[in-house]
Amino acid sequence: MAATADGAGGDGVTRRDFLEYAAGGMGAVGAAAATWALIDNMNPAADTLALSTTEVDLEPIEPGQSITVVWQKKPVFVRRRTEAEIREAEETPLDSLPDPMADTERVQKAEWLILVGICTHLGCIPLGQKGTDEKGEYGGWFCPCHGSHYDTSGRIRKGPAPENLAVPPYRFLDDTRILIG
Amino acid sequence: MAAPKFDNPIVRWIDYRLPVFTFMHHEMHEYPTPKNLNYWWNFGSLAGFMLIVLIVTGIVLAMNYTPHVDHAFDSVERIRRDVPFGWLVQFIHMNGASFFFIVVYIHIFRGIYYGSYKSPREILWILGVVIMLLMMATAFMGYVLPWGQMSFWGATVITNLFSAIPLVGEHIVSWLWGGFAVDNPTLNRFYSLHYLLPFVIVGVVVLHVVALHTHGSNNPLGIELRGKQDSIPFHPYYTVKDFFGLGLFLTIFCLFVFFAPDYLGHPDNYVPANPLVTPPHIVPEWYFLPFYAILRAIPDKLLGVVAMFAAIAVLFILPWLDRSPVRSARFRPIYKQVFWLLVIDCLVLGYIGAKPAEGWYIHIGRLATVYYFAHFLVILPLLSVFERPRPLPLSIGEPVLGGGGPSPPGGGSAGAMERA
Repeated sequence: MAATADGAGGDGVTRRDFLEYAAGGMGAVGAAAATWALIDNMNPAADTLALSTTEVDLEPIEPGQSITVVWQKKPVFVRRRTEAEIREAEETPLDSLPDPMADTERVQKAEWLILVGICTHLGCIPLGQKGTDEKGEYGGWFCPCHGSHYDTSGRIRKGPAPENLAVPPYRFLDDTRILIG
Repeated sequence: MAAPKFDNPIVRWIDYRLPVFTFMHHEMHEYPTPKNLNYWWNFGSLAGFMLIVLIVTGIVLAMNYTPHVDHAFDSVERIRRDVPFGWLVQFIHMNGASFFFIVVYIHIFRGIYYGSYKSPREILWILGVVIMLLMMATAFMGYVLPWGQMSFWGATVITNLFSAIPLVGEHIVSWLWGGFAVDNPTLNRFYSLHYLLPFVIVGVVVLHVVALHTHGSNNPLGIELRGKQDSIPFHPYYTVKDFFGLGLFLTIFCLFVFFAPDYLGHPDNYVPANPLVTPPHIVPEWYFLPFYAILRAIPDKLLGVVAMFAAIAVLFILPWLDRSPVRSARFRPIYKQVFWLLVIDCLVLGYIGAKPAEGWYIHIGRLATVYYFAHFLVILPLLSVFERPRPLPLSIGEPVLGGGGPSPPGGGSAGAMERA
């Protein structure tokens, strides 16, 4: 087997073995690179990514009222909280929360609660935006799909959702306008 | 298995160069089939028939369907109202999916009852489970295409299952969507895959049939064929039986298509998709309800998803969980009873899956989920050891033709040979 024409070394490894591994390895790298292009092709496209900011005028929102705006095709809840709601959110002991987070970490101004309105369980839109909606046992939001209850800080209190409602990146442009994204 | 003689010279000419006629003769005509198959063995060919029906109607529907979020709903309504016979094609396709699942679920339970997954048919069984998984993916994506409220929110909930995966979950979901929510890119790729996967299913069905024809069908007694006298040619005996069953099946199918086309559907799917309003009560199509019940039975997101997939994964290893050497439940007194308990359990799970997750439904759902896994992971392995099976007949002919009590090994089959 170890013909000298193949340049076999003492350990039986031939030049042909090296060529086979090198060619096979190169082929595998090429196939992986082509596969990567096809997989990445399914990720969000540039025009989808470009829809990245939404401006919201806060002026018309009354205390206790919520509005829903669309950011990156997702609903964003903007709630102007009442004094009672703020107090309830701030006074909730952290150790009673499945996903502990202080209310002050979740808002920039206590009056304005900005949340991505998507249940962290399986993506339904929780109820609680309209005055007539069921708001759940904690006065925030209630997801009808699988029964998750969120409080007045958008934190998960009861049900299968693992996390609090997400807070999107946003900043105040002035006292009555925010830019989400 | 000598090569058949064909009278037609053109057939002979072709067959000499490409032996398709010999192949068809071997596999569909003289193919030796156990002579004692009952009507539960009709459902394999019915499943094959439904696959063809769905592919043909699907190809026709695709000619009038528009995969765009602004037009999909209207294009389906147009098919139903304006396109000639579009209503018929769409009703057949829509109900055909349900009936495909009915037929396949019965086919699977038949395999479980008669131990068809046991050696040497494990790969045959595994390929069947693969087909079921592909069917589920195809049906799920097909249900999204009309872009109604249930389409949209079903797609949202199911794709969000993947967000339960630690660390990379969110990236995978965004990759599945091609955006930040279920949207036009999602609809487009689902359409592309919904068109592709049925042909993948056809490929796996071919492998399924090759595996089947390697060792032949199992039979209600679950014993090996002892010789030629235990089998009959597939044609005409089983072709005619399959056609008779097909006639009965189509009668029931047509009752739904013509008189209750929306009975198995959900009215919310006639409301166009609205990404900002979730319907108050989301349910999947009926054929997913047992799995949906398992998902919801577990109060933890990741574990719920894991349990739902495990409910299918456990079927893959079924041939190694049930170690009993006896195939057919007819000779397994205890197994026969737990089989029916499993059937009832699956029906209960289906019922719970359709109900809101509250009150007693949660408890019943959890009990039924525990029992489902206990059946496969605890009861079957224990039964393999502790159950005492009844004596098996020596041959397929013996229970019918008599032959007294058990004769010495080998004697019975030799006697049967003589009778033949």
